[in-house]
Amino acid sequence: MNKIFLENVSYIYGEGTPFEQKALDGVSVGIPEGCITGIIGHTGSGKSTMMQLLNGLAVPKSGRILLDGDDINARLEDVFDDWRTLPEYCELSKRAAKKRIRRELAERRRKLCFRVGLVMQYPEYQLFEETVFKDIAYGPTNMGLSEEEIRERVLEAARFTGLSEDLLEKSPFDLSGGQKRRVALAGVIAMRPEVLVLDEPAAGLDPRGRDFIFEGIRNYQKCAGNTVLIVSHSMEDMARYCDNMIVMADGKILAEGDVETVFSYVDELSTVGLDIPQITHLVQLLRKKGLLLPENLYTVESATEAILAKYRQKSGKGGSLQ
Amino acid sequence: MSNGISFGQYYPADSLLHRLDPRTKVLMTVLYIVCTFLCRSLLSFAVLTASAIVLVAISRIPIRMILSSLRPILFIIVFTSLINVFMTRGEQLLTPPEWKIKIYAEGIWTAFFMILRISTLIIGTSVFLTYTTTPIALTDALEALLSPLKKIKIPVHDFAMMMTIALRFIPTLSEETRKIMNAQKARGADFTSGSLLRRAKALIPILVPLFVSAFNRAFELAAAMECRCYHGGEGRTRLKVLRFRAVDFVMLVLLVGVGVGLVFLNRNGLGYAMK
Repeated sequence: MNKIFLENVSYIYGEGTPFEQKALDGVSVGIPEGCITGIIGHTGSGKSTMMQLLNGLAVPKSGRILLDGDDINARLEDVFDDWRTLPEYCELSKRAAKKRIRRELAERRRKLCFRVGLVMQYPEYQLFEETVFKDIAYGPTNMGLSEEEIRERVLEAARFTGLSEDLLEKSPFDLSGGQKRRVALAGVIAMRPEVLVLDEPAAGLDPRGRDFIFEGIRNYQKCAGNTVLIVSHSMEDMARYCDNMIVMADGKILAEGDVETVFSYVDELSTVGLDIPQITHLVQLLRKKGLLLPENLYTVESATEAILAKYRQKSGKGGSLQ
Repeated sequence: MSNGISFGQYYPADSLLHRLDPRTKVLMTVLYIVCTFLCRSLLSFAVLTASAIVLVAISRIPIRMILSSLRPILFIIVFTSLINVFMTRGEQLLTPPEWKIKIYAEGIWTAFFMILRISTLIIGTSVFLTYTTTPIALTDALEALLSPLKKIKIPVHDFAMMMTIALRFIPTLSEETRKIMNAQKARGADFTSGSLLRRAKALIPILVPLFVSAFNRAFELAAAMECRCYHGGEGRTRLKVLRFRAVDFVMLVLLVGVGVGLVFLNRNGLGYAMK
């Protein structure tokens, strides 16, 4: 079941100027519900643009983006005939119905950013409030929730992102880079979006900060069971955390499917400057040498385990590792 | 950088004018302005217009862009020409003598010349400076041309450096503003509805991060410059040394030639010549 479906979507930057650039070129792809999907591609492959289209920050030049089957950029003309037959509109006069539908569409567009939560690249730049608590509460406050509800959501989001309670009363500008990143992430999670979209969530963080962010995201996804989209160019991270992958190059979809399927296109990936994880490379080389390891090893942990298993097997029989 | 934000109106192309030394272009602009004010006869205006057309042609800038540079001053052109038509007194009356409004042939000519003068002036300066010269090159040229002022203790280099840095960071900051706006919109910020006070308040989530990052950038830049031992213009060499080439001299001489020619053509009042 697809939560989001992009239908032949194109997007062009600076159309009609000498700087014109096609960012997306007739992209059609589905994003499955209730799992983590990774979008991989090099700089300029169109992945960040795609993210901004998903919550209505940018409107595609052509094509449609369907969220639960509804076009998120629907205009009055597109839906009028369909909606007119619905019980709430069929008794109104044509003008009144048009007015009501237009208002309904505007309301939907406004609420779209609460349904599809977007965490931008380097989101720590967006912090502005006096305290971490207030900053996380900015989104929920914009949703018009009660104070009680806001408090509950902020605390929940802080828990998911591993922010301790005493941090909540500090100024966000006094935190470390990794902590700031987590505050920004919590600010979006607190809106409880149906779809959480993250643009390079670990960019510029040290390995520990990176694991912290990704573990937080995975925990959140498991508990909330919603759809998560992660944009990255790190194959290692994607292989570890994603259920499903989409590879982009030059504004087009190069490959999509589960991790194994995508990594089976080794040659295509290398032509666009992407690579399978280093550990998978190593496993392939070992296999060529004659060591019988399974093919689908994408993390260091699973590879270690497989190699150790082989080793024990062999040494049990009194042989050496060859 | 190609996100549609282009500062100024620099139009990237590969033309003779783009390749000229920016100092030449600044000098040519001054000369060209002098030329437009030298013109007094129909013939000299014809030559001036022709030279403007030649300049546009060799600059390889789409005519659409040139015309759009005239749009902001359209009102001034129309207004001054109307004033000239109605206010100039002369000898050759065109309207019937009993009319209260009197229009003289001289008025029509003056208005016509005024239109030509203002539009060639704008076209000339925009072709030389804004369209074919990057703002950074322009600052370099101004620094070089104004460097004699250093003798009287005017900190030309420091002003030029400030200009360069400011120009350099305009696209960066506007990109940053866009990013922060998008990030806050993604958290449900609404900048377009509500009372004036509410809208002003809605700007806080943009302005605070923008100022914070602008100051951070400034500190980082200062540190980076000091790390490379920047200490003002004294004894500083350039990465891109401005060099006059033969073509620069040719262009300057040509333009001076046009100016001298215009003075001579003023004597030949073919059609009409201003006194």
